[in-house]
Amino acid sequence: MAMKKFGTAAALLAATMLSSVTVAHADGTVKVGVLQSLSGTMAISEVPLEDAELLAIDQINASGGLLGKQIVPVEEDGASDPSTFAQKATKLIEEDGVVTVFGGWTSSSRKAMLPVFQRFHNLLWYPVQFEGNECSPNIMYSGAQPNQQALPALTWAEQKGYKSYFLLGSDYVYPRTANLILKKHIAHDGMTLAGEEYVPLGGTDFSSIIAEIQQSKPDIIINTLNGDSNVSFFKQMAAAGMTPDKLPVMSFSIAEPEAKAMGPSLLAGSFTSWNYFESLPGPTNAAFVAAYKAKFGADSVVDDPMVHGYADVYVWAAAVKKAGTFAPLKVRDAAVELAAQDTPLGGVGFAANQSMYQTGYIGELQPDGQFKIVWTSPGLIQPVPYDPLTFPGKVCKIPH
Amino acid sequence: MHESAFLLGQVFNGFSVASLFILAALGLALSFGLMRVINMAHGEMLMLGGYLAYMTLQIVPGPLGILVAMPVAFVGAGIVGGFLEFAVIHRLSARPLDTLLATWGVSLVLQQAARNMFGAIGVEVTAPTWLNHTVSIHSGFLSGLDLPDTRIFILIVAAIVLGLIAALLNKTRLGLYVRAVNQDRPTAAAMGVNARLIDLAVFALGTGVAGLAGVILALLGPVTPTVGQSYIVPAFLVVILGGLGSLVGTTIASLIIGLFTALIEIFVDVSVAQVLLLVFVILFIQIRPQGVITVRTRALEG
Repeated sequence: MAMKKFGTAAALLAATMLSSVTVAHADGTVKVGVLQSLSGTMAISEVPLEDAELLAIDQINASGGLLGKQIVPVEEDGASDPSTFAQKATKLIEEDGVVTVFGGWTSSSRKAMLPVFQRFHNLLWYPVQFEGNECSPNIMYSGAQPNQQALPALTWAEQKGYKSYFLLGSDYVYPRTANLILKKHIAHDGMTLAGEEYVPLGGTDFSSIIAEIQQSKPDIIINTLNGDSNVSFFKQMAAAGMTPDKLPVMSFSIAEPEAKAMGPSLLAGSFTSWNYFESLPGPTNAAFVAAYKAKFGADSVVDDPMVHGYADVYVWAAAVKKAGTFAPLKVRDAAVELAAQDTPLGGVGFAANQSMYQTGYIGELQPDGQFKIVWTSPGLIQPVPYDPLTFPGKVCKIPH
Repeated sequence: MHESAFLLGQVFNGFSVASLFILAALGLALSFGLMRVINMAHGEMLMLGGYLAYMTLQIVPGPLGILVAMPVAFVGAGIVGGFLEFAVIHRLSARPLDTLLATWGVSLVLQQAARNMFGAIGVEVTAPTWLNHTVSIHSGFLSGLDLPDTRIFILIVAAIVLGLIAALLNKTRLGLYVRAVNQDRPTAAAMGVNARLIDLAVFALGTGVAGLAGVILALLGPVTPTVGQSYIVPAFLVVILGGLGSLVGTTIASLIIGLFTALIEIFVDVSVAQVLLLVFVILFIQIRPQGVITVRTRALEG
């Protein structure tokens, strides 16, 4: 009995101390949401992205915080499920009172969260390349629009003299839309379409597609396969004697971590198009890579979406400083007026349509798992959410 | 490339896909035929085989690694399967729905174990260089036909495995017992056949074949914690279409599915081909619910 009383008293005391601590901090903190999939199929990609976002928050806090406040990240698990993303976004805004949210990966997760952010007049920072064709005043789209990843890849291929294109993708919204846009441009530029094929997500058999590739003899394959299907595809291509050095492959969803996981020897010599590579020169990128490796291990690698997540936090912080407030829509308006910010991606910022202007790079995978940059876009590429050839007459105009 | 070469290439691809299906489904057909157990963890035995291949190649690199990996994976997966039968399945033998749930649980446990031991993103198993060639035909009406060595190798392995299992079932005493238990369990037991031991042996054999299949699949696909999931649905399709528990049925069903997919993919893309395949299987099962081959057994009537 005595023990129990002591226990209760101790618990009460602890509770009082804890609450006093919280109160003492409450004046000096501001909450932001970090909403990625920590479980489910997408966790492989989204956990490192969340690590990068949290790293940026830690760094800003360590250098004195923002407007005199420490940033408190509230982490939620989207569980690779769009409806969970919507539900957790609502929870972050309504219950935790976050001033903004960093998160999302798949287009379906973004589309599920979009109405939530519009309803609560809050702001989502979305870090992944996507199919465009969307324009919300409550989302900052930092990942590449099609004209910043897919079309630069086509420009590069045309400059290399490739005339005949084979489009191969997983069967979902991103590859279908990206290829729709690519086909319009291939036809417009007077090139030929050797073939277009889709396999179900997770598909493992490419024998028929490889036969079709052998028959149609394209100059290059544009590959929008997702995840493990890439391993099957490259292995079966190699078995058929078509290694990337014999028939070039341009992939849109293979970055440093995927190359490391699939085995660089299998993919070496293949190409990919991104707005960031770990191998980019510059002191800001070197500092970021060093800080990330110091925290997560020397053999960890970073990629484009992670760096977009990291850069988003810094651009948000700069916009908060400019606006002098954490109010989401004021921060948004300040963000599109900011000058280019120095990030690991280089100098980037947000255009009036709330997408990021950035540089396009083509990398060639080396046997060590890093990419050699073989092409750089002639300057920053302005984001175009609606491709004028594919969706004529549609423009993204957001009043600020 | 000539049209005839392309068509023959697709027929070859059909056989190649069928050989993968045979290897993936054989173990499932064996255990289902004998014990009426739907082993949801069968895909994870394929996964286990892939990881055993990876580990073997770490120890035995070089050109012969893959040949060492096959028996290693067969024995390794067989032992795990035997333990699974002993620890879980035979204790639930009269409760098929519970076995379904329990083996599904086992599959989740195995996936997570692989994730914790090897990481979530998979490991690298590459085909040895002696398999990196293609047999090309340069003249005649089949000019332009390319047959990758890897796929020829897999066809041969599938044929050998099939032959060995058929010989085991039809030519040995163990096979006699298996067939006896399969046809009439109580009578076989009354005649002195240790049905319990036969169950264990067949289940271990089935999972061993799955482990071996895992090595083969690693030559053409990824090795990840969830890789078994991509093969389990086609494997069940083969077993259902083939007729429960029939070796010949499994072979014919694999060939039907492989050739159907390869030939239909000449006209439609892979996604549509999958839809058409499922429609075909549904229609086939409507007309012939017992599958390609009917096995007469008291257990099925019972």
